[in-house]
Amino acid sequence: MKNFEPEIVAFCCHYCAYTAADMAGSKRLSYPPNVKIIRVPCTGKVDALHMMRAFEKGADGVYVAGCLEGDCHFKNGNTRAGQRVAYVQKILEDLGIEPQRLEMIMMSAGMGERFARTAFEFTEKIRELGPCPVKPIKK
Amino acid sequence: MITAEQKPLEEILAYIEPYDRIFLVGCNECVTVCAAGGRKEVGLLASALRLNSMKQGKTIEIKEITLERQCDPEYVEELASEINRTDAVLSMACGCGVQTLAGRYKEMPVFPAVNTLFMGASESQGIWSERCRGCGDCLLGITGGICPVARCSKSLFNGPCGGTCSGKCEISPEVDCAWCLIWERLKALGMEKRYEELMEAKDWRPSGGGGPRKIVRKDLVL
Repeated sequence: MKNFEPEIVAFCCHYCAYTAADMAGSKRLSYPPNVKIIRVPCTGKVDALHMMRAFEKGADGVYVAGCLEGDCHFKNGNTRAGQRVAYVQKILEDLGIEPQRLEMIMMSAGMGERFARTAFEFTEKIRELGPCPVKPIKK
Repeated sequence: MITAEQKPLEEILAYIEPYDRIFLVGCNECVTVCAAGGRKEVGLLASALRLNSMKQGKTIEIKEITLERQCDPEYVEELASEINRTDAVLSMACGCGVQTLAGRYKEMPVFPAVNTLFMGASESQGIWSERCRGCGDCLLGITGGICPVARCSKSLFNGPCGGTCSGKCEISPEVDCAWCLIWERLKALGMEKRYEELMEAKDWRPSGGGGPRKIVRKDLVL
């Protein structure tokens, strides 16, 4: 467990979190390499199935990073994503998997520091939780 | 449409616990529209079942398929070529679909993954309300298009009971009093006289009181 390096998938909205990640890069802010970013046109595009599949494929933690409340480029994709995250958290809980492994996070495109900090904090949280009890069976 | 809701995961997992190969069968009709058992829900439940088996260090084989209509023998026939390669069938259709599968594949255990609820209409995205109870003798023509059988908590036929209050039913402030709705609607249509006409006691035989119902259309039977 000491050497446990969590695998984290971050679904990042093109209009905010992904740009914030870019901003973090421009500012030379580092963030843990554990976080694997998947760019999406809007977090409203992230379906419950995508989150579930990420866990199926071996993610220890997943977060969906969308625009600040009221700032969605497509009006309300971020709030709908938040509702889907809550829905999947309930499924995880029913399966005996810590729902904290999945989170909805909001930020703006200019929040490079927040992106880097979130990546650190989420990685640390998952590190403390330990490996996800679900791991793909190696064939 | 017929509405349904997914059963608690715990109950579904208990059904399929003894089996390693599951045929997870959705339906493209009502349960797709009410987001309980369409292709997406089949995918989501399959994913949850796989996660559960991985958590236990087991492997489970789940074959996903969503039939055009699970309550129709011609579509259910599509499973015939693959059904022998599974141990059990988990159906995400309404009770009609589950029973059609169980009737066709008699050797195969068939389990329901949803609870069939009511015949309802969509109020808005994600909200469905009961609108019809299939009573077999539709009254909507004389009640202004609002059904007292399905929407009055007591299925009353001649006006509201004493539990009506400011247009709401005594069972909950969220539930409209059907008879208030009927009265307002008849008033708006200038058909208040209809309200005065007493309805006789309803014959409940066509609504199921006479046993399981059946329609036989001789002009269509092959």
